[in-house]
Order: sequence, then structure tokens, then C-alpha cells
Amino acid sequence: MGNVLKYLVFFILLPVMVVQAKELTVTDVTALRQAVEEAKDGDIIKVKKGVYLINHLEITSSIELIGEPGAILDGQNKGEIITVKANNVLIKGLTVQNVGSSSTIDWAAIKVLEARNVQIIENIIKQGFFGIYFSASNQCLATGNIIEGSPLNEQNTGNGIHAWKCDSLFITENRVSGHRDGYYFEFVTNSQVEHNNSFANMRYGLHFMFSHQNAYRDNVFEHNGAGVAVMYSRNVEMTRNKFIRNWGGAAYGILLKDITDSHISQNTFDYNTIGVVMEGCNRIGFEKNVFGNNGTAIRIQANCENVICQYNDFLNNSFDIETNGNAVNYAFNSNFWDKYDGYDLDKDGFGDYAFRPVSLFSRLVGRIPEAMMLFRSLTATLLDRIEKVFPTFTPENVKDLTPQMTPNIV
Amino acid sequence: MIKILKYILIDILKNRFVIGYTVLLAILSWAFFGFEINPEKAVLSLLSLNLIVVPLVCLVFPTIYLYNATEFTELLATQPIGRRSIFLSQYLGIALSMILAFLIGVGLPVMAYGGGEAGLRLILTGTLLSLVFVSLSFLAVMLTADKAKGIGITLALWFFFALLYDGLVLLIYLIFSDYPLDFATMGFAFLNPIDLARILVLVEMDVSAILGLTGALFKDFFGSTYGLFFALVALLLWFIWPVLAALKIFIRKDL
Repeated sequence: MGNVLKYLVFFILLPVMVVQAKELTVTDVTALRQAVEEAKDGDIIKVKKGVYLINHLEITSSIELIGEPGAILDGQNKGEIITVKANNVLIKGLTVQNVGSSSTIDWAAIKVLEARNVQIIENIIKQGFFGIYFSASNQCLATGNIIEGSPLNEQNTGNGIHAWKCDSLFITENRVSGHRDGYYFEFVTNSQVEHNNSFANMRYGLHFMFSHQNAYRDNVFEHNGAGVAVMYSRNVEMTRNKFIRNWGGAAYGILLKDITDSHISQNTFDYNTIGVVMEGCNRIGFEKNVFGNNGTAIRIQANCENVICQYNDFLNNSFDIETNGNAVNYAFNSNFWDKYDGYDLDKDGFGDYAFRPVSLFSRLVGRIPEAMMLFRSLTATLLDRIEKVFPTFTPENVKDLTPQMTPNIV
Repeated sequence: MIKILKYILIDILKNRFVIGYTVLLAILSWAFFGFEINPEKAVLSLLSLNLIVVPLVCLVFPTIYLYNATEFTELLATQPIGRRSIFLSQYLGIALSMILAFLIGVGLPVMAYGGGEAGLRLILTGTLLSLVFVSLSFLAVMLTADKAKGIGITLALWFFFALLYDGLVLLIYLIFSDYPLDFATMGFAFLNPIDLARILVLVEMDVSAILGLTGALFKDFFGSTYGLFFALVALLLWFIWPVLAALKIFIRKDL
């Protein structure tokens, strides 16, 4: 009976709510500002084509702000443009540009403060200091946004999509370029980051810290200053991402620092100086990844434990695995190594003797970086050959007992 | 002098060993470029060839040739020809034919397949390495009249520069690993023409990024025109001093 009454009340009130939700179209700045300030929950404000010179537009009610094609909000490099302080806000189709930079305040093209269910869809952000900034917000969505910058240096720019202390975010199908970090998450939990693109950023394509239970799928991180760096997080899932062309003295495909209980599978690491660097990681599974054309495919510091690496393909890397200790606890099973020169007499698909992916020369370089001077010299090649026949210096237990004869994936 | 040079040059170019050397280089180069889709990878493979085979041949062949031509040299010395011109025409004859063999065997394929800046450096350093090791072999021959001893010295030289030197450098690194050795590393590179040639080519390639800090230093230095100039001067010195030393011995030598 109580339920029926609820529905009754709902259906009687519904027409009233619909009547209350107005739809407004604005064509100039004053009208836009007024409309946003006076809006009631549920209103829709449409922004006509044109350039609106505006800063500090604060959204404090649950509205939909929808830009028609060619609607441009220009901040003239004077500061933040849109600030959302209400739940259930939708911002769609706007071009937001020229935020300007500040060294004390994190100005953003679109900032979301302590809100729930804010949706930011298909906007174009140009020269935003920070692009989209979520702060202490939950259940928010950012999808289909294009965020571009052309900064002079790392200090003059913020992050493309920045999230701090958030839960359950959905970040999908965005494209970020020319920022400090493409995607930056700190204290963000239970979030999904899918089908995004991050390229030509000054520092990292993706950077997260203290962000647990997040999944990163089908993203492409290409040609960023220092690749991708992720730290101090648990239960991270990374699947089908591509880490490509992060090439340079201090660049790596992905740096994993203090990451625990995580799975990294079906990713592609191509043309990176170092594909993966692991420091202080525990219980990490690498499965079905492809490492191709990297300087070093994986560098595992000896402070990592329980790293399981199986069914991966290693192709054309200068060094496959580098490590700096002897008492290590990693397992390599059933990977394909293009450097394996063994045979398979019993035709079970696995090589008949173990493959040792750590070369003596890479060990030497790990201890004495200057020894890299001897890279590709006859001496270095000979040392590696001898070590292969009688392994004495390379860690005894870093070996793949069942190396595949044919690639697992490619 | 021109006449003697022409005679020696033709004599060497007809030599089966030199033709064989040219053909070997050519086959290997074309094969590397044929197998590798990426020309840079082929240049990398050629680099190893450049650093091992070229010094070895340029040391052993001139030594054997000079010992076999002892009587001819003595005959020339009885004629009214200065010893300087006898020596220089022999040196130029051998050096030019070695360079020609290298340019045909390696230079042509590299140019044909477009080796880029690294390819150009490969050709340049290969040519200079040929000169350096021909010079060293002349010095070795002048030091001893005994053929077996002479070949022994040249092989020892090859062994030292191709293998032993790097081993020694590694040992120094291990002993002094507590000290910063970045700049010492530069010095080590200058003291061995083979290392110098290798680094000059490597810094022009993508792989240089994996060389880390040392690589960055090298790239800064050897990648610049300034550093290239210094390195080339060093390689020039490496072939000029043995020639001058050998010439000095030859002029005073009792044949």
C-alpha cells in the first residue's frame, strides 16, 4: 500500500517537475552567466554558436549545459572557466579554451568540486592549464573529450584529466596531448579508465598514486616524455593497453613502483627504452603481453617479490630481462623468447632446455653503468656466449623452464 | 713514385686475396640488407663486421704482402729512387686497395639501401679503420725481419684492440667502480680506434637511448659536429703516427 502511494505521489508530481525544468538558449555572456546563476535543478541551458569571453562560471545547481557546435568559452588566460559544485550536472559539446597558467592555484578548464554524478561529455579543451579536474567527487563520467595543449615546459602546464580523492569514476574515450601528465589520479578508487588516448605529454602519459581497485583497459600511451608511472597502489588491472615509443634516456613504457596484487595482461610494449620497470612490487602477474623492439623489455629490481611472468612474447629487444640481485623470487613460464636457440625434440611446443633471459652483459651494466661503453663490442658478445654455456654470474633461478617454440600471440 | 704506386696498386688489385675480401664484404653486406627490413638493423650488423673483419684483414694482408715483396723492395732500393717514395708508394698502394675493397664491398650497399647518417658514419669509420690498421701492420713489418714474428705481432695487435683492450677497460671499471668514471670512459674510447669507430656509429642510432647516462654523455659529445671532428682527428692521429714511425725505421734500415 505504501509503495502504491509513493508511485501515486511521484506521478502527480512528475508533470510539475517537468514544467519546472526549463530549457533556455543563450547567445551572449551576460545571458549565460545569468542563466547559470538563476538555474533551478533540472534546467537545460543551451549555448549558441559564438565566442564567450568568460571566467569563473560557477554551476551550483543540477543543470545540463550543452554547447551547440562552435560554442566557445574563452578564458583569455585569466583563470578558471567552469567550476561545478553541484551533483547531477552534465556538460556537453562545449569548446573551452585559454585558461592561463598559475603557479599557486590549479586552474582548470572544467573543475568539479565535491560533487556526484557529474558528466562531462564530448567537449574540446584547448590550452587548459588543467583540462578536466575532479576533486573529491564520486560516480563521475568524462567521455569523448579532446584535450590539447602546447606548453613550453613542464612547469607551465597541468594535467589533462586530473582526479584527486575520487571514487567510481568512468574515464573513457578521451584524447589528451601536450600536458604535464595526460591522466593523473591520486587517491582514486574503483574507477574504470578505458579506450583513452594519451600522447606527446611532457611527463607521463598516465600517472597514478594511492589509487586502488582501478582498471585500465584498451588505452594507448604513445610518445610521452617519460612514459607511464604508477605508484603505491593495490589491485590494479591493466589490460590490452598499448605503450609505444616512449624513447629517451629517462623514458620507459611503464614504471611500477610499490604496486601489489595486480594483473597486467595482453598489453603491447613497443619501441620503449625500457618496457617495464618494477620496484618494490609484490604479487604481480604479467600475462600474454607482447614486448617488441625495446631497449630492455623488463627491468625487475631485486626488491620485487612473487612476480609471475607467463605466456608473453619477447621479440627484438636488446635485453629481455634485467635484474640486480641473485636471491630473487620471480617465475617465468611458457614465454616466447626470440633469443632462445634451443630445440624441441619431443614436439610438445616447449623448448627442451631452460632459457635464461638475463645476460651477463646486462648484469654488468646494472652494476657499472659505464660498462655500456662496451655495448655491441666483441668482448661483450663473447662474455655473453661464455656465460650462456656456463652460467655463474647470472641469477640461477631466473629462467624459463618451458620456453615456447612459437610466439604465443603474434 | 707515381709509376711504382701504379705498379703496386695493379699488382694488389689483381691479387686473389683482395678480390676475395671485396667479394666477402659485398656478399655479407647485401645479405644483411636483404634479410633486414629495417636498414638501421642491417647497419648495426655491418658494424660488427666492420669492427672485426676489417681490422683483421687490414693487419694480416699488408704484412704478408710486404714480406713477400722484400726482394722487390730491395731491388727498388738499388735504383736511384728515394726510400721515402718507395715506402710511400707501397703504403699508398696497399692502403688505397684496402679502402677500395671496403668501399665497394660495404660502401656501395649502404648507399644503395640508404643507411642514413649512421650509414655514412659506418663508411667513414670503416675507411679510417682500414688506414689505421694498414699503418699498424707497416710498423709491425718494419720492427722485425722475420715473417712469422711479424705476422705474430700483427695478430697480437688485432687481438689486443678487438678483444683484450675492452677486457682491460672492464677490469678497470670493476676495480674503480666506486669512483665516477664517466669522463674516464671518454678517454678509454679515444685510446682504441675500434671502440672509437663503434661509438661514433652507435650514437647516431636509436639504440643510443638505451646506453643510459654514459650513452647520453657520448651522444652529447660524439653526436655533435665538434665531437665528430675530435674523434676524426683522433682516428687520423691513429694512422699517422704508425706510418711516420715505420717510415723513420725504413729510411735508416739496413735492407
